[in-house]
Amino acid sequence: MKKSTQVALILLITSLIAFNLFGVQRFPRPEFENGYQQPETILNAPRALFFEYFDLAVLIGSLSLITWLILKKRSRKAVFWVMIFSLLYFGFYRKGCICPVGSLQNVTLALFNPEYSLPINGIAFFIIPLVFTLFFGRTFCAGVCPLGAIQDVFALRPVSLKSWVQSLLGLIPFIYLGLAVLFAATASDFIVCRYDPFVGFFRHNASFMMFAIGGILLFISVFIARPYCRFLCPYGVLLNLVSRFSKKHLTIAPSACISCRLCENSCPFGAIDKPTGAKFKQPSNVLVKKLILYCLIIPFLMAVCGWTASKYYESFAKVNFKVKLATEIMQSKNSESEVIPLEITAFRSSGNSEEVLFEEAKVILNRFYLGNWFLGGFIGLVFGLTLARLTIIPYKTDYTTNKGTCFSCARCVDYCPVKE
Amino acid sequence: MDNKKLNRREFINKGVRIGIGVGIGVIGYELLSRTLSSKTVWQIDPAKCIQCGKCATSCVLEQSAVKCLHVYQMCGYCDLCSGYLRPETKELTTGAENQLCPTSAIERKYIDDPYFEYHINEELCIGCGKCVKGCGAFGNGSLQLQVQHELCVNCNQCAIARECPSEAFSRVPASSPYLLKGFGGK
Ligand code: SF4
Ligand code: SF4
Ligand code: SF4
Ligand code: SF4
Repeated sequence: MKKSTQVALILLITSLIAFNLFGVQRFPRPEFENGYQQPETILNAPRALFFEYFDLAVLIGSLSLITWLILKKRSRKAVFWVMIFSLLYFGFYRKGCICPVGSLQNVTLALFNPEYSLPINGIAFFIIPLVFTLFFGRTFCAGVCPLGAIQDVFALRPVSLKSWVQSLLGLIPFIYLGLAVLFAATASDFIVCRYDPFVGFFRHNASFMMFAIGGILLFISVFIARPYCRFLCPYGVLLNLVSRFSKKHLTIAPSACISCRLCENSCPFGAIDKPTGAKFKQPSNVLVKKLILYCLIIPFLMAVCGWTASKYYESFAKVNFKVKLATEIMQSKNSESEVIPLEITAFRSSGNSEEVLFEEAKVILNRFYLGNWFLGGFIGLVFGLTLARLTIIPYKTDYTTNKGTCFSCARCVDYCPVKE
Repeated sequence: MDNKKLNRREFINKGVRIGIGVGIGVIGYELLSRTLSSKTVWQIDPAKCIQCGKCATSCVLEQSAVKCLHVYQMCGYCDLCSGYLRPETKELTTGAENQLCPTSAIERKYIDDPYFEYHINEELCIGCGKCVKGCGAFGNGSLQLQVQHELCVNCNQCAIARECPSEAFSRVPASSPYLLKGFGGK
């Protein structure tokens, strides 16, 4: 009894499906009598899953290798060859995707939007370089990141920049990071991928605009080494901050620095901190005064910047598809214009309700309002801290790498006469 | 005195380092508890696509990774194929000027009176969707635009998805990478 109802049910459902499939067809498929064989629709499979894990293995392998080469072997030559390998593998073979720099956005999107399903590789590529940096400094930047590598090979005639210019330009990555997080968190856009200047070279394919920007950056690289890394890369900001507290880090001299000044101009990235000289030894009461001053200035800066940014949240939100669509629909109701944007036509034909869309757009707008406050506050904080760093210079007597900005490329090591 | 200062700095460093380590761990744990997938790829939902033509131009590849796929089991094998011929053609010949496809990528083969098989030459197809629109409007809708995964480089953010006016692009599990309508229902 039960079985027969089951069978009946299955029959009913299959016939319904069949009806749905073929019933709506305007022209039924003909029955051929001449033995015609209907060809198969060919569906090519995407790259196999195995290769994704292989990428991960290559990442871990090359990171471990380069870290060992930097910290134990202290060999620039070896680092260079690992860098070339990464450029070929992650750059030209894997076409620059997925890279940790972009994975930052996937991670943000996943944190703020639980419905987004994050690929395991996205997490791994984000976390692994950070963990390595926490222990060993920015060895990832030294020669595993394909974006860094392509610029590094062009660093032929590096000139040194004034330190205040460096600090000022060094603010851009923070702003870029803030924007990238804002747009990813609101599920609006992945700006880091969109404006990735080098991925076009890896794919041998890009818009003219992006090729031009990439080409200009590579040209600049000849004189100002690694411009993207130093003055744009948002992931570099995270690595910079983490690296400051790293357990181990590349040192110029293997033991005590003898202050011979031979390495002074060896770093193409201006990442060597020089001895400050006696006049910078500030008495502690002056330092305390400055500190108190900055404790007052920074919150004020944060508030001002946050407030300013929050004024512009609506224009920021236009990047989001849903907000843009909702605005367009509102506008089309008020205007007499004949031309209806494609988006609106598509939306109407989808049969979704406008109310739901407006509701969603409102939620996203609110997120942008809040997000812009945070973005502004963050930028204010970074401004304040940069200012503080420019005036409060810690007293030091030897040559060391700046743990934040040093890419651990090991160039300076070759200049140091101390070998033991 | 100097030694003491150094020790203090080392101690603070260690504290912050552990703090960052814990932070990374928390983020990692938080992420692992979210919806995870081993791999996803971009695909078009033919039910949402309005054949606006942006697929042909917005892809980061010179030759778009989006191609027209023919679901043969949905096809009516019509002589007067509305995906093949321009609607305003006077003479019913198969000259290029009468074809809808700008690159003559659709090949027509006689099967049995009055039935014809239509085959897409993927090398020529630019993914403009003109035939898809024609077939969907007056035919069975057996021509459908899909991301061809052998060509697609699986950008982190698909450049067409960003431009698509009907939000037809989404990430789908790599294990079932195509979203053809009426496919597989034998
Ligand atoms: S700074 Fe950014 S782009 Fe440069 S090497 Fe590091 S992660 Fe790559
Ligand atoms: S009309 Fe466009 S989508 Fe259809 S086969 Fe020709 S090029 Fe491809
Ligand atoms: S993911 Fe990239 S390659 Fe694939 S269809 Fe989209 S833009 Fe083209
Ligand atoms: S961009 Fe979107 S709507 Fe336009 S043809 Fe491609 S999938 Fe269809």
